[in-house]
Amino acid sequence: MKCQQCDKQAVFHITELEAGAVRELHLCEDHARTYLNQSEGGGGGAPDEEGKPKAGGLAGALDVGQTADELAILDQRACDHCGITFFEFRNQGRLGCPHDYVQFEKELEPLIANIHGMIEHTGRRPSRGASAGSAGAEGAAAAAALPEGTDELTGVICLRREMKEAISREDYEKASEHRDSIKAIEERWIPPLHKEG
Amino acid sequence: MKIDTLTHSIGEWLRGTGPESDIVMSSRVRLARNVANYPFVSRASEQDRLEVEKMLRDRIATVPVGRALEYIDVGHLQEVDRQLLVERQLISREHAEAQGARGVAIDVMEQVSLMINEEDHLRIQCMHSGLDLLGAWEQIKVVDDQIEKIVPYAFHPRFGYLTACPTNVGTGIRVSVMLHLPGLVITRQIDKVFRSLHKISLAVRGLYGEGSQAMGDFYQISNQTTLGRTEEELVQQVGDVVPVIIDYERRAREFLVRETQQNVHDQVSRAYGILRTAQTISAEETMQLLSRVRMGVLLGLIGDVKIADINALLVRTQPAHLQKLRGVELDTNDRNIERARYLRQYFEEGDAGNRSSVN
Ligand SMILES: [Zn+2]
Ligand SMILES: [Zn+2]
Repeated sequence: MKCQQCDKQAVFHITELEAGAVRELHLCEDHARTYLNQSEGGGGGAPDEEGKPKAGGLAGALDVGQTADELAILDQRACDHCGITFFEFRNQGRLGCPHDYVQFEKELEPLIANIHGMIEHTGRRPSRGASAGSAGAEGAAAAAALPEGTDELTGVICLRREMKEAISREDYEKASEHRDSIKAIEERWIPPLHKEG
Repeated sequence: MKIDTLTHSIGEWLRGTGPESDIVMSSRVRLARNVANYPFVSRASEQDRLEVEKMLRDRIATVPVGRALEYIDVGHLQEVDRQLLVERQLISREHAEAQGARGVAIDVMEQVSLMINEEDHLRIQCMHSGLDLLGAWEQIKVVDDQIEKIVPYAFHPRFGYLTACPTNVGTGIRVSVMLHLPGLVITRQIDKVFRSLHKISLAVRGLYGEGSQAMGDFYQISNQTTLGRTEEELVQQVGDVVPVIIDYERRAREFLVRETQQNVHDQVSRAYGILRTAQTISAEETMQLLSRVRMGVLLGLIGDVKIADINALLVRTQPAHLQKLRGVELDTNDRNIERARYLRQYFEEGDAGNRSSVN
């Protein structure tokens, strides 16, 4: 049998079921590939185990709206809390800590829009109380939606890093100050565990 | 646990029950969560990971999920045991192969599993047999609410639940169904179906193959975006498309029986014949043949095999399960021989494929 679109031997016999009707297609390898790939839009590479795009596609998506120079400057920036640089994030496709979403909010926004087509979460929210906190620039509405203690809790990531640095320069007084602050914050915001039975 | 108990039991998604279970193997919902006061896993120090594991492990233990939870310290398992959990879909391959403190809590029915220190601090998964996305969602919601009371999740007012990878941020939800689609594969319509799924931002992957190449005609369909829509909307997005695919698959199977009955009957019978007589057989071939036999049973071309048994064989003929069932480590060659022996024995004795089991 010949390919329906050229003179080569048809090696792919495709059966299309459309609205109950059966349509047979007989195509050579080249035309079959074209047929099967048509309208195969976007999508960088095969999805991973869970079906989400791989980090490679992510790095590509990051190029939106930045010149090389801007990107070079941006790459140098680091999270105050965990110390990850934007360059490291771009390379690994993984962020360093929850605070990155605050620190790199402007830069992540176009990326998130690119991935999800939206930038505002509309789903469930933690039930633990909201606080005005020190959320600052984002305005009262956003601050009100921030779960209680969030800023202090993510601040612990920073304190823990500073504690480690203090220990390594043998400033044990500073280190124990940090340890006490961490303990106080965690006791304030993380409910004690009641073991049952 | 009890890895040994697990080897001989039947997991939830193997039961082969539930709505549309001729095509839908299982329905799964998972939530990605992180605690606010630690770096994400890939940036966490060894000490951080230990502390996160301890904190989550202790707290999860107090959460009532309706049934007893067993905690497995994945970091200290043998490779074959980690592999068994992957084959059972209780942990991810990434979690099995990662480094450092990590674990998983599993309920005795294997419906709920909670992975600690995967890519995110916590991955909650709920899996039901057949098409039951709403059931899985209702169950996981309760578990998440319970944990939220005692664990401070990382949350951002605009971006929602914060995850290590921005592809999961927002709801952190991944809704998926595992489908058996031999009819669409044989009639070569599968690519077309997948192209239309991509257009409505659903992801498709072959279940056992590499990348998007499926082995044994098993495919997983899941939502691709996680932010900007509610969890219910995302559950519905996947849920809405499943009946359409089921309909396509049924029509493809009917078409095969109507137009090519002899051919299909021949294919199915040959597959059945090889499984009953082979002396050595690879995991790939087994998967492919079991897939055909599964379709043959559903089309009434093979009478004396139960779907639940085929589902069980699909898992028990995988490398780690085979070795655990046999009780020794086997190289690829020996596994192929043992796999063929296991299959012959099952089909000869024709019992529940479960002879060494209490359950
Ligand atoms: Zn051609
Ligand atoms: Zn950070």
